[in-house]
Amino acid sequence: MGLLAYGDTGWGDELFFATLMTIAVALVAILIGFLLATIFASFKLSKNKILNLIGAFYTTVFRGVPELLVIYLFFFGGSGAVMYVAKIFGYSGYIEVNAFLTGAISIGIISGAYSTEVFRGAIQSIQRGQFEASEVLGLEKKIYYIKVIIPQMLRLALPNISNVWQITLKDTSLISVTGLVEIMRQSYIAAGSTRDPLFFYSFAAVLYLLLTFLSMKLFNRLEKKFSKGF
Amino acid sequence: MDLVIESLPKLLNATKLTIELTLISLVFGVFVGAFFAVLRTSKNKIFYYISYYYSYIFRGTPLLVQIFIIYFGLAQVEWIRDSFLWIILKEPYSCAILAFTLNTGAYTSEIFRSAFETINKGILEAATGLGLNKYYLFFKIKLPIAIKQSLPAYGNEMVLMLKGTSLASTVTLLDLTGVAKHIISTTFRPIEVFIVAGSIYLLMAFIIHNFIKFLERKYDYESK
Repeated sequence: MGLLAYGDTGWGDELFFATLMTIAVALVAILIGFLLATIFASFKLSKNKILNLIGAFYTTVFRGVPELLVIYLFFFGGSGAVMYVAKIFGYSGYIEVNAFLTGAISIGIISGAYSTEVFRGAIQSIQRGQFEASEVLGLEKKIYYIKVIIPQMLRLALPNISNVWQITLKDTSLISVTGLVEIMRQSYIAAGSTRDPLFFYSFAAVLYLLLTFLSMKLFNRLEKKFSKGF
Repeated sequence: MDLVIESLPKLLNATKLTIELTLISLVFGVFVGAFFAVLRTSKNKIFYYISYYYSYIFRGTPLLVQIFIIYFGLAQVEWIRDSFLWIILKEPYSCAILAFTLNTGAYTSEIFRSAFETINKGILEAATGLGLNKYYLFFKIKLPIAIKQSLPAYGNEMVLMLKGTSLASTVTLLDLTGVAKHIISTTFRPIEVFIVAGSIYLLMAFIIHNFIKFLERKYDYESK
């Protein structure tokens, strides 16, 4: 247990902050994903064929290509793009882009592809009558979306959003290949310096289990809250 | 464009390993999944909890952690290095397959379990009423229905496993992603390589998708 001591002698504090980093990346990623999902779900539901195609392309590519490959694209591609711009200004050294942003954006884009399907499914499963009734009642479009459609959508989408969150949380472990010090990277460093990989990787597994367990509890409570009245 | 033509043979060559890892893990995974799905229906509390926690742990942690524990972690234990297990655990190839199999097995067991649980009770009552024996009931009634019900979810799992094999590159194996990363890090041209390697993955996912569609039609008794 000395290995997990808090402070200079153990890895407890390092792993604690690494866990916070994992949570932070996952949260930023899923929010980026929601943003993209709102756009692409509306593309997929639009009557415009070209928008449909763009939406289908996005979800097919980012759900069909391995996460690691997407991360490499953004990791190497991101610094490549920045270096290209720097060259114009006369700097030709190697520049590394922020690992947090690269990670959050690449995981966010993948997460968004899953969320798009969730949002689309949820909107489609709301009965047409709800839209019609709101219109007949003379509600403004903004109001009936906020007061009528979205609350129903959330209730239907929550179990699936919970799944997307679990996927996103676990995918963040892959960002460790870019050097961002989250749970996996910190365990790798600790395992290397103490020569005890079994202990540290198992501890990492426990941390992930704890995170997935706690988020499941949270989502169950939210589901209960949003099912009020059904 | 030059890079695309130059890298394509290398990437196609690496695809062989990706296909190999995917197929072997899926085949083993079906058996592991079926085994734990049966344990889960057991009335024995111990068997039930073994299956429950197996699936809980492997579905609740990232695949990367599982590979690292198996490849880097277990190698550190002395008695494992002295035992016959070392034949499996000293090679990154077999470690990767072990990790993939256990991972897909956990998801597969859940798919099978829910497929068996959702079989219409009336069908089973009708079958018992007709006097069919247990063997007949399982192989001719329960199993075909369960297979049909688990097909869509299992198709997704196959694609997830295909993508999961990309993690083999983290334990030094040169699968499609491993080779793609190598080319990217030596040429610094990620976009071209991503398009080629990504297209190969999408093509494989497309084949899996159509294979499942074909099986779904084959097992579709209701509309025949």
